[in-house]
Amino acid sequence: MASGLAILATILVILPLVAIFVYLIYMGASSLNLAFFTQIPKPVGVSGGGMANAIVGSAIILALSSILGVPIGISGGIFLAEFGRGTKLANAIRFTADVLNGVPSIVMGIAVYALVVKPQGHFSAFAGGVALGIMMIPTITRTTEEMLLMVPHAIREAALGLGVPNWRSVLSITLKTASPGIITGCMLAFARVAGETAPLIFTVLGNSFWSTNINQPIAALPLQIYVFAISPYDDWHRLAWAGALVLIILIVLAVSLVRYVTSRGVMKGAS
Amino acid sequence: MTETRIPKTQVEFQAGPESENGAGSEATAANVPPAISEVRRFLLSRGNSSLADGGFRWLMVICALSIFAIVVLIGTVLVRSSELTRAKFGFKFFFDQMWDPVNGNFGALPFIYGTLVTSLLALLIAVPLALGLAIFLTEMSPKFLRGPLAFITELLAAIPSIIYGLWAVFVLVPLMRDHVNPILIRFFGWTTLFSGDNLGLGFLTSGVILAVMILPIISSLTREVMTAVPHSQREAVLALGATRWEMIRVGVLRNARIGIVGSIILGLGRAFGETMAVTMVIGNTPEIHKSLLATGNTMASVIANEFSEAADDLHLSALIEIGLALFIVTIIINAIARLLVWAVTSGAPARVN
Repeated sequence: MASGLAILATILVILPLVAIFVYLIYMGASSLNLAFFTQIPKPVGVSGGGMANAIVGSAIILALSSILGVPIGISGGIFLAEFGRGTKLANAIRFTADVLNGVPSIVMGIAVYALVVKPQGHFSAFAGGVALGIMMIPTITRTTEEMLLMVPHAIREAALGLGVPNWRSVLSITLKTASPGIITGCMLAFARVAGETAPLIFTVLGNSFWSTNINQPIAALPLQIYVFAISPYDDWHRLAWAGALVLIILIVLAVSLVRYVTSRGVMKGAS
Repeated sequence: MTETRIPKTQVEFQAGPESENGAGSEATAANVPPAISEVRRFLLSRGNSSLADGGFRWLMVICALSIFAIVVLIGTVLVRSSELTRAKFGFKFFFDQMWDPVNGNFGALPFIYGTLVTSLLALLIAVPLALGLAIFLTEMSPKFLRGPLAFITELLAAIPSIIYGLWAVFVLVPLMRDHVNPILIRFFGWTTLFSGDNLGLGFLTSGVILAVMILPIISSLTREVMTAVPHSQREAVLALGATRWEMIRVGVLRNARIGIVGSIILGLGRAFGETMAVTMVIGNTPEIHKSLLATGNTMASVIANEFSEAADDLHLSALIEIGLALFIVTIIINAIARLLVWAVTSGAPARVN
């Protein structure tokens, strides 16, 4: 009886995932074509068009957020694993990072709006990059720390014993040993913010035309999906499905890669 | 304990080069001087200075401290930008049902109500399922299923909110409107919880999509907590003649209950903050209805909906104050939940999901 219930629960959990994927592939694949990747959205009533501007916009925003989030996140992780191990400060930072991870993305959006958009006086790709970058920091910090903790002490001691300065040993020995894990951690954070919509609404605003200026409102894939999904036009709905399919393919690839790397045990040689 | 290790490493590192230098120069004199001194020169040219070490260390500390700075910065910015409404309405803001941007009257009660109702509905649906999944995965699943199932839950967690929303708008809403809601109205209509217009949008649909979204986090954390329960506990209960189910109930669930409560609270925190999917299916009306089929609005979705259109400063400030409330509440919820989960997994670094 009880095991039956547990199995039933498992099936009920898998069901929505299967439903979402089947529907995405069914609806998305039929609307996905070359034009989707090469054209910008057509006005209402004209069929066709694509999301080229949104894809490029997303890439720009994500590049900006990575420039901000990856170095700070990795450095924070290095501090937690290499310098602060077991100290009160490190525990407090670890705790804060976990808590920050749970702060809703929309709150980040408002904060960046008040911090960047309002003083500047206009929406911009830069503001979106800041919002997403801030969201990447706690995730990357925690995964970097976990990966560095797996590096055995003998390797650090060997480096120090050869007379390598500590900073050099951390950067070229410890960090390098753990780099596959850290890279996958970064990709996971990247995949997570790639689908974020809420913080982009009032930082990058969206744009129906070509723009690559980071000081101007710019289109972003999730934002465009949102705008098209709540519109009443069938053509736009089809574009939204196609966009969602592209987004989910990117994310599934990232997650599978992460799983492949971590399960293959790239870290095995180190630990 | 570990604090003593750090200075020790430094001592080793300071002593390392010197002792090597000493040994090296003796060896060089005897055997092959040029090669060794080249190695030494190479090492020294790599910046062997305590200045670089100190600088590097401080750089890392500053980056780590930036996490504190972010939290403080978000807090102060939100507090400062919501000054207008805080001065005008004070605490009444959270107990007033009137939300009238045109006349400049703002009360957040309808949104607080919406957030609470949808999140609790989501928990009601998600918690039994997540527990069932976690029990299945840790205690009874055959080995070959464990990996794929864990992967599927990971995938569920990675799907962006917007895609859940898209699916909800085009699949879940018609499904609820045409098949689920009529049944609920027919059999439970007398409770007045299921009455009024059947639009397919509203609290119930939002609760269902939220449940799907918070399932993975609850179940993966519950699984983590349950695996942390030592095997001796299970064996002891089994040795007393318990069945497998009794073993799970007494040996595992009871030992892990604090952590499970923690993961449920964490799921609640996620549900509070979820924005896009809910915005797309809740109907966006600032009203309080008893019926679960009625449309409403949540704190997060009202911000998403009205923020970019807010014309005057008071409206903007009201929305920011709702954001501030959301920020404080989620911080408190997450802090409590993390402490509970850590209490069970005994401070081992929790996995980041």
